[in-house]
Amino acid sequence: MSKNKFTILEATCVPIPLENIDTDQIIPARFLSATTREGFGDNLFRDWRYDKSGNKNSGFVLNDPGFSGEVLVAGKNFGSGSSREHAVWAITGYGFRAVVSSFFADIFRNNSLNNGLLPVVVPDDFLKKLLELIKQKPQTKVRIDLGKQEFTITDTGETVGFEINPYKKECLLKGLDDIDYLLNIRDMITAYEFRNTLKSKL
Amino acid sequence: MEPKTLFDKIWDSHVVRSIEGGPDVLYIDQHLIHEVTSPQAFEGLRQRGITVFRPGKTVATADHNIPTKDQHLTIRDELSRLQVEKLEQNCRENGIEYFGLNHPKNGIVHVVGPELGYTLPGTTIVCGDSHTSTHGAFGTIAFGIGTSEVEMVLATQCIMQPRPKRMRITVNGRLHRAVTSKDIILYIISRLSTGGATGYFVEYSGKTIESLSMEARMTVCNMSIEMGARGGLIAPDHSTYEYLNRIPAVANSNDFKSLLLRWRHLSSDEGAVFDKEMVFDAGDIKPMITYGTNPGMGMSIDGTIPEADDKKGGNSSFLKSLDYMGFKPGVKILGHPVDYVFLGSCTNGRIEDLRAFASFVEGRRKAPGITALIVPGSKKVEQQAINEGLDKILHDAGFELRQPGCSSCLAMNEDKVPAGKYAVSTSNRNFEGRQGPGARTMLVSPLTAAAVAITGRITDPRDLLKD
Repeated sequence: MSKNKFTILEATCVPIPLENIDTDQIIPARFLSATTREGFGDNLFRDWRYDKSGNKNSGFVLNDPGFSGEVLVAGKNFGSGSSREHAVWAITGYGFRAVVSSFFADIFRNNSLNNGLLPVVVPDDFLKKLLELIKQKPQTKVRIDLGKQEFTITDTGETVGFEINPYKKECLLKGLDDIDYLLNIRDMITAYEFRNTLKSKL
Repeated sequence: MEPKTLFDKIWDSHVVRSIEGGPDVLYIDQHLIHEVTSPQAFEGLRQRGITVFRPGKTVATADHNIPTKDQHLTIRDELSRLQVEKLEQNCRENGIEYFGLNHPKNGIVHVVGPELGYTLPGTTIVCGDSHTSTHGAFGTIAFGIGTSEVEMVLATQCIMQPRPKRMRITVNGRLHRAVTSKDIILYIISRLSTGGATGYFVEYSGKTIESLSMEARMTVCNMSIEMGARGGLIAPDHSTYEYLNRIPAVANSNDFKSLLLRWRHLSSDEGAVFDKEMVFDAGDIKPMITYGTNPGMGMSIDGTIPEADDKKGGNSSFLKSLDYMGFKPGVKILGHPVDYVFLGSCTNGRIEDLRAFASFVEGRRKAPGITALIVPGSKKVEQQAINEGLDKILHDAGFELRQPGCSSCLAMNEDKVPAGKYAVSTSNRNFEGRQGPGARTMLVSPLTAAAVAITGRITDPRDLLKD
C-alpha cells in the first residue's frame, strides 16, 4: 500500500518547550479504546489542552491562536514511555507532518516513520534558539528538505543537517511501505524458517 | 572468532536479511498481542487482502482495559467491550490462540508469556506494548513495537529494526534487607535518567543480578524501557532452567534436553565489547521512591527532593513536574500522607510480589484512609495466591484480592486514582495522569507499598520489618 510522501515541507511551527514529553501526555490511555486510526487528533495533548470540565486551557499553545502550523517543536526526549502508535496518529490527525526535537524515544521514532511523520533531530543549542525564536515571532517559517536532509529557518537562512536512516528516507520520499517490502521477501522468510528447523534438529 | 555479546548472538541468529544502509529484517519467534494495540493491525491486513502468515506464533490475551471485579459479567464500558470483542473475533478468524476474560490462562500479557512457557531463552519476542522488555529476564531479545509493526509481524513474522547499541549494567554486592529488585531498577533509572539508555539494548549482569529469582529479574528487565532502552536481558542460568523446568508445556516438550544444551551457550563471551558499561554497588541501594512525573525522578525513600538545576532536565520541566506532584525542591517526602496503594502490573503483579506484600501486612491492619487495589497479574497468579491462603491474609488485614488485569497501572478501566490524590504504586510509570487525570503517582516496591498501606504515609519499609 502506498503511503503519503514526504519531500519538502515549508511551514510555521507550534512550540512546546518541555522535556521528556511522554506518549501518555500526547494521548492519554483513556482515549485508546478505539479500533480505527481516526479521530485521535481531537484528543492530542488532551489533559494539557482542556481542564477537568472540558474547557480549553488558554495557556496551552494549541489553544493560542497566535501559533499554528504543520511542524511541532518540542524539548528533548520527545515521545518516551508507552509504545502506543495512537500518539503518532494523534499528532498527524491534528495536522502535523514533522516533529522537531533534539532527541526522540526509539519506539516513537519508528512509529513516526511508519506513518509518514518526520522526526527531525537538531542540536540542543539550535533547538533552544529555535524555540525562543518561535516564541518571539510565531510566524517564523521553517523549511524541511528531506532529500538534502536539511532543516532551515527560512527568515535567517540558518541551516542544520539532520540524520535519517537511508532506507527510511527512501521510503518517505517515495511513499513506500515496510510491509510491501516484507511481503515481497516471504520466500526468503520461509527459507530462513526451514534452515532454522534443520539447525534445531542437528 | 571475535567475542560476541549475548545480544548480538541472538540478534545475528534471527537476521533474515540485512538491508544496505538500513534496518535488519529480524525474524520473530513469538508474537504477543492484546486488545488495545492490535485492532488497527488486523484492519490493515484486511485492507491488503492478506491473512496472518504464521498464526501459531502469535498468542493473544485481553488485559489492558478490562475490569478487575465481576469479570463474569459483561464489560460495562462500551468501547472497551467492543475492543475485547474485536480481539476475540480477529483471533477466531485468523486461527490465533486467545485467552479471554475468565480463561484460566488469561492475564497481563507479560505475566502470561513467561508463566505459560512462551518465553524461552535465545528467542525473539515482540508485542505492541513497551514493557515487552520483561521477557528479557530469560535471555530473550524482547521489545515493544507500534501497531504498524504488529501488522508487519502478523503479515510476515518479521520486523524491520535497526540494530541498537549495547550497554552492560553490572550490579555487584549484597542487597540490604527490604531492598528489592524494584529498588535496584528504580535506582539504576534514577542514575541514568528517563532517556539515558535510549538507542541501547541493555544486558544486566553481576552477582546481585544472578542472585535474583526469575520473578525479580522480570521486574528489572520490565523497566528497561523507563530509561529509554530498547530492551534489557539477563543471561540464562540454573535459575532460568529451574523456572522453565516447572512449566509442563516446556519441561514435557520432546526437545527440552537439547534446548537445555543450546541455552548453555547463551552468555556474552569473555572480552565482548559493549558500547557503554555501567557498574553499581548493591550496597548503595536503599528502598526507592519517585517524587516526579517520570521514572528517572527517583530517590531513596529517606532522601530529599533535589534542587532545580539544568542537570535535572531543565528548570521549567523539572518545576512543572514537582508542581503537578504538589512537592517542592529540597524537601523530604517521608511521612507524607497517601490516599491510594496499588499492588500489581506487569512490573510487580507476580506471585512473589503478592507474597511479599501479604507477609508484610500479615497480622497488621490497613490504614483507614487508604484505598488499596491489590491486583494479581494473571489467573494463574490469582489461583496460586488463593491456594497459598494469601487472599485470607490480605482479607484479615483489610485488603481485597481483585481479579487480574493491567488495572490502575494505566487506568483504562475503572481502577482510577482521583485528581490530586497521592498514590503509591508498584507499577512502572508515574507520568502525569497515568493513573487517572490529575492523579499523583509515586513508584515503589511491593514492600514499600505494604508499609505505606499500613501507616497511610510514606514509610520506610526497613522501619517496620518483622524479625
